[in-house]
Amino acid sequence: METIINGFSITVNEEGYLTDFSQWNEQVAEKLATDASIELTPRHWEVLKYLQDEHMKQAALSIRRIGKSGVVDIKEFYQLFPVAPLKTATKICGIPKPASCI
Amino acid sequence: MKNLVILGAGTAGTMMANHLNHHLKQPEWQITIIDEREAHHYQPGYLFLPFDIYSPEDIVKTIEEFIPKNVELIKSKIDRISPNENKIELAGGKELPYDILIIATGAKIAPEETEGMKGSEWQKSVFDFYSFEGSLALRNKLREWEGGKLVVHITEMPIKCPVAPLEFAFLADSFFKHKNMRDKVEITYVTPLSGAFTKPKATEALEHLLEEKNINIESDFAIERVDNENKEIVDYGGKVIPFDLLVTVPTNKGDELLERSGMGDDLNYVPTNKATLQSKGYENVFVLGDASNIPASKAGSVAHFEAEILTENILRFIHGEPLKEEFDGHANCFIETGNSKALLIDFNYTHEPVEGTFPFPGLGPLRLLKESRMNHMGKLAFRWIYWNMLLKGTHIPFVSATMSESGKHYDKKTTNQSTLINQL
Ligand SMILES: Cc1cc2nc3c(=O)[nH]c(=O)nc-3n(C[C@H](O)[C@H](O)[C@H](O)COP(=O)(O)OP(=O)(O)OC[C@H]3O[C@@H](n4cnc5c(N)ncnc54)[C@H](O)[C@@H]3O)c2cc1C
Repeated sequence: METIINGFSITVNEEGYLTDFSQWNEQVAEKLATDASIELTPRHWEVLKYLQDEHMKQAALSIRRIGKSGVVDIKEFYQLFPVAPLKTATKICGIPKPASCI
Repeated sequence: MKNLVILGAGTAGTMMANHLNHHLKQPEWQITIIDEREAHHYQPGYLFLPFDIYSPEDIVKTIEEFIPKNVELIKSKIDRISPNENKIELAGGKELPYDILIIATGAKIAPEETEGMKGSEWQKSVFDFYSFEGSLALRNKLREWEGGKLVVHITEMPIKCPVAPLEFAFLADSFFKHKNMRDKVEITYVTPLSGAFTKPKATEALEHLLEEKNINIESDFAIERVDNENKEIVDYGGKVIPFDLLVTVPTNKGDELLERSGMGDDLNYVPTNKATLQSKGYENVFVLGDASNIPASKAGSVAHFEAEILTENILRFIHGEPLKEEFDGHANCFIETGNSKALLIDFNYTHEPVEGTFPFPGLGPLRLLKESRMNHMGKLAFRWIYWNMLLKGTHIPFVSATMSESGKHYDKKTTNQSTLINQL
């Protein structure tokens, strides 16, 4: 569905995740972060960039993988994105919600 | 003579040995299967052992019984695979060359991945039921436990048979009711997922059952450590859940063999093409069962469907024909819900479990996503089917390797009933 975020027309799915990464930009991220009650600091941006890079490499994202990334440990990841960090962070950086295998 | 070597004589490896034995004959082909164990375990039985529903004899048999006699069985630990040299090395140093390799070494628990899990309370008030030893120790504990806070917990995904922890919670409810002590037990189900299950329709049905059975659910819980002193589990966000009895499913990992061979991912699963089951690294190496990284359930039923498709692909590979991209992630699981009832779910990579009938559209007799006694009989019959049909590679009548959409109630509406993000 179409929605307007910070003046940009964006397509998102039923859970609010962008369906087209090319529509993502930093202002969109700022707004999505505000919706999640998070104020983005340079540290947040480092993590978000890392997640985007991993996604582009088609790596499956998991809390475990992030903990071993050397970019951020799990403890700090939780401090940055306190509630369901992986789901929140992926939403903010415009990539799909990680599919936890079943 | 050419060599086809199968690593692991569990569910998947045994099925492949039986399938391929019909097609690859001596003297042209020698099939060899290797496992370090003496016994073949019916792992779904680990769920029933703690409640004294099954006894150890019901779920343990020798490996030999299920391996055809033309297939050579070697009982040894496998030390490493050298995929560039097409050979494997056994623990004693013996080497075996192969033309085609099938990896079926499964997955197992790794409690050491979580701080404090294998601490002073391990097998005192902290148990697993994903290993034979764990399940048996838990049975002995439950026989004498007098009640308190029971916490059923999943450490992280993926795990084998992802519905087994839920079934454990349901069976515990029923077990304590029969012992007339349900009022003395508080049951909490703790999961790293956002709900009871990964697929929305099934989650709805299962959460309803949890509520009905008075089982609390704590979701989005990413465990950091087990605090043995205070008997609590603590998550990275600081959430704390106290327990008197913790039944946890530790992190599941592939065998260290794959780490030693440089062929596994960060959980020692082998990167595998999800439609053909060929390994991504080496064209003469194939992977099935729990050992692969494909996004399907780690379940015996999945291994069964995979085995039918992989057999065909191996024959195609031998004849130099293109592989069939046929595996669709088909899984079919009974979910025990206690009180002699069960649910049945049937799904694949793209279709979530929904309501309907199985295997005959409109007739059943099994009902999808609805509790029934017939489904429970199905679950119990599964053990017989496992020992007598599945392992031997016998095709199960009416159930196809790829999923059927008929008889199922899929939503006709196109998806994406989206919620609005607040507009600025
Ligand atoms: C509690 C529980 C409940 C379950 N319930 C169900 C259910 O209801 N329905 C269902 O379909 N599935 C269920 N499953 C899952 C099912 O048991 C597994 O998916 C299935 O057994 C996987 O088969 P596999 O051959 O890949 O692995 P396994 O059967 O585990 O076999 C792997 C074999 O490889 C051998 N091996 C590994 N490494 C080495 C080495 N280095 N050297 C020598 N040998 C080695 C092991 O000894 C083992 O015999 C359940 C599992 C559990 C734990």
